[in-house]
Amino acid sequence: MIVTHSAASPSPTPEALIAAVEQADSPERLLAAVQRLAASPSEVSIPTLIRVLGYNNAGAASLAMQGLVQLGAAAVAPLLDQLDDYNYGARAWAIRALVAIRDPRALEVLLSAAAADFAPSVRRAATKGLGTLLWQQLPDHQRWQAQARTLETLLTIAQDSDWSLRYAAIVGLQGLALALAPSRECNRIQQQLQQMTTDTDRAVLARARYALTVVGAAPETA
Amino acid sequence: MPESPLLPERDQPSSELAEAPSLTVEQAIAQLTDPDLSLRYYAAWWLGKFRVTDPAAVTALIAALEDDSDRTELGGYPLRRNAARALGKLDDRRAVPGLVRCLSCDDFYVREAAAQSLGMLGDASCVPELLKLLVGGLAAAQPVPGRPHLAQPVEAVVEAVGALAPQTPWEAEAIERVRPLLNHSLRRVQYAAARAMYQLTREAIYGDRLVQALSDPDVNLRRVALSDLGAVGYLPAAEAIATAAAENSFKLFSLKGLLEQQIYPEELQLSTAAVQLIELMDSLL
Repeated sequence: MIVTHSAASPSPTPEALIAAVEQADSPERLLAAVQRLAASPSEVSIPTLIRVLGYNNAGAASLAMQGLVQLGAAAVAPLLDQLDDYNYGARAWAIRALVAIRDPRALEVLLSAAAADFAPSVRRAATKGLGTLLWQQLPDHQRWQAQARTLETLLTIAQDSDWSLRYAAIVGLQGLALALAPSRECNRIQQQLQQMTTDTDRAVLARARYALTVVGAAPETA
Repeated sequence: MPESPLLPERDQPSSELAEAPSLTVEQAIAQLTDPDLSLRYYAAWWLGKFRVTDPAAVTALIAALEDDSDRTELGGYPLRRNAARALGKLDDRRAVPGLVRCLSCDDFYVREAAAQSLGMLGDASCVPELLKLLVGGLAAAQPVPGRPHLAQPVEAVVEAVGALAPQTPWEAEAIERVRPLLNHSLRRVQYAAARAMYQLTREAIYGDRLVQALSDPDVNLRRVALSDLGAVGYLPAAEAIATAAAENSFKLFSLKGLLEQQIYPEELQLSTAAVQLIELMDSLL
């Protein structure tokens, strides 16, 4: 009944949009309902959007993630509180949402997901995101400490045996170098990137060369 | 334990769950002749999984290709299957003659594993033997009633031929044998044929056939197409790969295959295509 009414009305209430998601009984209906909800998300829709991340439906999860990203800072605390420890698919989407919002309150979650999550997809998303947090939102004394811990974590991941994590570490380091330049830490990142231009994996090597051009240092011949 | 029949393991993104080794190399080699058949089976898998390239391991696995003790109710040879699969991962061409003999084993899964492994070992001298399994064309490549497979491991053979036959004396015969399979009733066979035809001819029409396969209604076949496009490095597929309806990790690994073909370690300057691929890959992390 709710669905019929909302369909007739030009702008359905958030509650009607939420109900449509919760009552969807096929993947196609779910996708359509999530699309409508994510197109005009409001704060009351946050818990529903977070639940959709765990439905094992990549299309719906991607739309829900975009809805959460649009809500920005308001979605950060619920995303952090409701991180799904038992479903790595859901966790990867939640981490990607936090990465796109860039709120530094996500720092602790991103650091531990990047360093130690058992799912490479979660680790890659968090590792990339550590490079692009909005550091200026932190007070000075916290900012330096947060950036130093992030740098150490990324330098460790840059030694991982999995090429995709080394690749993600380069993306993270590139972002951090731009935030830190010019500084001694930025030079350390450039040295690490320079070292990675001789990686045995050609995709990693290429990414390191590209990162050096982005941070303003030309790659050197080995 | 055995890998997916659709994808050889080398093409798959690393498993989301880490697996810990529980044997030493010496133990695994010794277990290949253990009286307990299940331990032999496990040891053969383990040696491949952890890529134990020790010559003693290879010798023991080659011997296991002739095993007669481990049989299934239907007459299959489980140990031979695992030994054949493992040998493909150990990069030792001493395994080629034994694997070629496996191509005429009456167990379908032994023939399939042997064809996959021959494709990985990179020794083109076995191409004529592989092509024999495609004799009879479409008519011979049909399902066996009551069994979940075709009369011959057509996909594995076609994939191996695509990897090995280009620029060999058997190239023309390979094209002639593979081309009819583009019209096979099973889409997974069509895609395997398209991949091999692209490798054999470098004609865009076959790469584009794989791009179309990215819209297959079956997510497993979309994943196969992603892996195929990555393996052949078909650059015009980049955008279609990035937007395909599949998990990010499959798309990331596919684009990696494209990127690798655009990189020349001695040239410092990245091409425009390489930078575009990097941007797509970053978006999938």
